[in-house]
Amino acid sequence: METVDLAKVALRELNQVLHQQKAGTNATSWEVVNPKGSHAVAVGVDAPISIDIRGSVGYYCAGMNKDATITVHGSAGPGVAENMMSGEVRIKGDASQYAGATGKGGLLVIEGNASSRCGISMKGIDIVVKGNIGHMSAFMAQSGNLVVCGDAGDALGDSIYEARLFVRGAVKSLGADCIEKEMRPEHVEILAGLLARAGITDAEPSDFKRYGSARKLYNFNIDNADAY
Amino acid sequence: MSYHNPPTTPRKSATFDDYTLSEIRRAATTGIYDIRGGGAKRKVPHFDDLLFLGASMSRYPLEGYREKCATNVVLGSRFAKKPIELKIPITIAGMSFGSLSGRAKEALGRGATLAGTSTTTGDGGMTAEERGHSQLLVYQYLPSRYGMNPDDLRKADAIEIVVGQGAKPGGGGMLLGQKISDRVAQMRTLPKGIDQRSASRHPDWTGPDDLEIKIMELREITDWEKPIYVKVGGARPYYDIALAVKAGADVVVLDGMQGGTAATQEVFIENVGQPTLACVRPAVQALQDLGMHRKVQLIVSGGIRNGADVAKALALGADAVSIGTAALVAIGDNDPIHEEEYQKLGTTAGAYDDWHEGRDPAGITTQDPALMERLDPILAGRRLANYLKVMTLEAQTIARACGKNHVHNLEPEDLCALTIEAAAMARVPLAGTNWIPGQGF
Repeated sequence: METVDLAKVALRELNQVLHQQKAGTNATSWEVVNPKGSHAVAVGVDAPISIDIRGSVGYYCAGMNKDATITVHGSAGPGVAENMMSGEVRIKGDASQYAGATGKGGLLVIEGNASSRCGISMKGIDIVVKGNIGHMSAFMAQSGNLVVCGDAGDALGDSIYEARLFVRGAVKSLGADCIEKEMRPEHVEILAGLLARAGITDAEPSDFKRYGSARKLYNFNIDNADAY
Repeated sequence: MSYHNPPTTPRKSATFDDYTLSEIRRAATTGIYDIRGGGAKRKVPHFDDLLFLGASMSRYPLEGYREKCATNVVLGSRFAKKPIELKIPITIAGMSFGSLSGRAKEALGRGATLAGTSTTTGDGGMTAEERGHSQLLVYQYLPSRYGMNPDDLRKADAIEIVVGQGAKPGGGGMLLGQKISDRVAQMRTLPKGIDQRSASRHPDWTGPDDLEIKIMELREITDWEKPIYVKVGGARPYYDIALAVKAGADVVVLDGMQGGTAATQEVFIENVGQPTLACVRPAVQALQDLGMHRKVQLIVSGGIRNGADVAKALALGADAVSIGTAALVAIGDNDPIHEEEYQKLGTTAGAYDDWHEGRDPAGITTQDPALMERLDPILAGRRLANYLKVMTLEAQTIARACGKNHVHNLEPEDLCALTIEAAAMARVPLAGTNWIPGQGF
């Protein structure tokens, strides 16, 4: 285990040494202590290593992650795991807005609640939130899965493309072109797999409803103008 | 006694002219606003309204073909470990793969590299054609984040965060489904054939303070090596440039109203934003007020066509200019050799702007394999290089005549204006007077 103390080492040095790790490195396990809400902690990591961050972080923690498994033992500020490509990011506490924004792959698990715009413009990432999510989540979501074990705020899935949204609790309102859809066996299978990977054992797939695109706005029609 | 009532000549309204009438009919028939590519077509004050004074007694000229006039420019010297140096102060603006064919992107890369300058990606991400043929490539970080990935970020020579675009400050794009081919759909993670609605704002930040942290993240990911550009549409240039500098930009890109786009609403292109000429001096003023002029470099774009435009933008305080529409024309867009086919599309060479339909006879703004084959990227690259070099020679010629041994030594004192409007916007005297409108006598 390599330990980096951000009370003694500059953030630049931390990210530089993490960037130097490549597939096959012997230093596969890292611990970051005293993050003290710093921004851009462990961004752009590109190796199958494990990083445990002991405390809360600011903006963009684990941004553009590839291959790494990053765990924040605290809460995360805005934009956690933004544009993640692969690997896994887990937040033990809550996440602020834009969690997993534009993410293309990998798994983001938020064990607490996520704020507004969770999964905004997601492009293939899987996001599992144990608690609630805020308004405008999955806005313009293109691909991937968003699982919410609690409630969702206003305008869920507004202008959604082909992402799948699974919500166990209440949805305050659906956004433009987002509708409830049938849970078919393949969706149950996807959902069960995601819950298992996230380590959530107290939720049954049958408790969830699925939401997705009505595809009415995929090609412009003046008679749908009220939806814009 | 009866009077003969002589016929009068029919008179059309200046307000409801033929174009306006046709647009009303088109809207009523189709139920959708007109979407097109390119920039503003209306006439607005432009660099044509300025003239250089040249040297006589009070200034001493340089010999046109004997004395050196340098044109190099370094971009990104504020924070980046690896600023980039261009041989000429003219760059190729961001134009997306998807909007343009892969061959067109290759041609732009070839031409820019031959001339010693950079190209820029666009919505849709980085293609192998472009990276492979561009010695210097700026990677755009756009609100849509189509095709965005850290590997390409690291392959780039600079990163341009696009906040706004001159053709549509505050607007997103609307690319109709015809151009969402298999490859474009795959790169953008979108269903094939949909009408693609690009975002107008970045999804994971909401203002200049967030942008400052976003820039820090991008620097951290790329180990502080790459210059970070911030591009804004010409709307409120003084404040937008000041905030971009505050957020930590190495370079600011200011795109005026005549700047082009792949596809957006005609009403937007023609009615939102300010002319390029009107934007330059407030932007330079912001840099000067912050003590950052020439430290944070300014690139101006939007309707740049020739060496005179380049020289005038530099004289007003820019460090470089960027071209988009002109580069497309240089590689063959709207060429009269395709006139017959343009007419079949209901237009004419020089006016074709329905790039989103994917039927470009020149094979440039299309994803149709048969049309794409028409563009020879080697020849087109050569044409672009010729054009860039001619523009540079023209700017040097003017600079020498003004007594300058570097094009960056051009200054507002080398200029006068032909109209009161241009004098006020460029903050140079009206020709024949000492009067700069708004600044007294």
